[in-house]
Amino acid sequence: MTVFEKMFALDRRWIYLVLGLSVLISLVIPFTVPIPISQEARNIYNYVDSLKAGDVIHLAIDYDPSTIAELHPMSLSILRQCFDKKIKVVVTALHPNGPVMTAMLLDTAVARHFARTGERMKRGIDYVFLGYKPYPALIILGMGQNYRIPFPTDYYNVPVDSLPMMAHVRNLTDVRAVLNVSGTSGTDYWITYGNGRYGVPLALGLTGVMASDYYPYMQTHQIFGLLGGLKGAAEYEELVGAPGRAVEGMKVQVVAHMVIILFIIAGNVGYFAIPKSQRRRLT
Amino acid sequence: MDWGSVISTTIAAFLTLAIFSFLYKDNPFYKFAEHLVVGVTAGYWVVIFYYTVVMPNIIERLQQGKWWYVIPLCLGILMWTRLVPKWTWISRYPLALYLGVATGAAIPLEMKAKVVEHLNGSVALVTYMHSPQATTGGIINNVIILLGLVAALIYFFFSKEHKGAIGLIAKVGIVVLMVGFGASFGFTVMARVSLLIDRFQFLVFTWLNAASWLPWYYWYTHN
Repeated sequence: MTVFEKMFALDRRWIYLVLGLSVLISLVIPFTVPIPISQEARNIYNYVDSLKAGDVIHLAIDYDPSTIAELHPMSLSILRQCFDKKIKVVVTALHPNGPVMTAMLLDTAVARHFARTGERMKRGIDYVFLGYKPYPALIILGMGQNYRIPFPTDYYNVPVDSLPMMAHVRNLTDVRAVLNVSGTSGTDYWITYGNGRYGVPLALGLTGVMASDYYPYMQTHQIFGLLGGLKGAAEYEELVGAPGRAVEGMKVQVVAHMVIILFIIAGNVGYFAIPKSQRRRLT
Repeated sequence: MDWGSVISTTIAAFLTLAIFSFLYKDNPFYKFAEHLVVGVTAGYWVVIFYYTVVMPNIIERLQQGKWWYVIPLCLGILMWTRLVPKWTWISRYPLALYLGVATGAAIPLEMKAKVVEHLNGSVALVTYMHSPQATTGGIINNVIILLGLVAALIYFFFSKEHKGAIGLIAKVGIVVLMVGFGASFGFTVMARVSLLIDRFQFLVFTWLNAASWLPWYYWYTHN
């Protein structure tokens, strides 16, 4: 048996082990990697940065705990920028597994802001969390007419009409932009109904799996920015000047990718090195 | 960290390791964790749907005296007739209404957002080349995108056999598609590795609190 034939007979669990070890070792060894900022990420940062204190944006958190790794750092960085700039935030969670997670996320963002600045952001005044309602397309169409149609009360069962921040926010045309952080097809609804029907400026923060599917919307100007996966999250952490879990994760990404690339090269070399007649039997 | 956090974090760590154990082979720990996820998710969804759909949309409205909400309630109940083979036909009425409304709302906007806007975007590639803002780099990019678009479309054009010039362009189309799939694969690898990193960050730094006892890490984070 040649080396290449042995390679094809290799138990895939060895590959899992090597990848796991490379992630573990690179995680506990301190080093940094450069994170170049893409224009798509910079567009979002510049847009939010250009808003005035008191302006309102809508942060649509359409993911669940399974994609926290990539999307939580984006949401936290966006909230940090908004709180720092005194931009008011309407938050919704249109994924059924999202509302409790989103409430915890907001508590974390508020606590971090307080720890950093000593200023406590107040619910109903600085931000509003409307919670979850099913059927995102209908909810977005409803919010386009009036937030109070799908959400007569907020997540904490407080009537929306009694929230000071919502006094001048009737529908989607009253917010300066929708930032959709998503791990679901809810993004399609925001593009089709939020941007398509009501023309609200839209930017996306997506999981890596989804990102490449949504780049064409940049070219058509249906979205003005895009954060793709952990890389996008790390870029935004750099932009807001608060490197965190995403930036820390990027050094591990580099090592893990190098391991995977080596495996791909080795696999291809092995594939072409063995005689054609044996390829089918071995693969 | 208080004892409550220690216990909950340890349970989470155990479940993470139980799921990871599947990479070695299927085992009772993995099965337990998997069933727990399915059970908890199903229970969570039932509660969420009750409090976000049934309660505010039906029960509260009827309590407010809005009797006309009996109509959607009846339509919803009729959906359940699908479970009885003899009465399945009744469920078609609410289903027809639902499909009609959803299709009416979706078709024009879907066409606009996913077809017309993209056609506009493709035409804009050509118009850009004649605009005063056009740069050499931008023009080269647009030419590549435009040629790639045409080649990929021709690959899916099956009314003419892929031979000669058409065959050659279709082959270029395959290359363009492969580049697209490669980009998607790259992003997918990054996404999956991100999940692995997050779990390791949780196990090493949250559960084991490694940052406080790894000397080189402690030195790095405190200098």
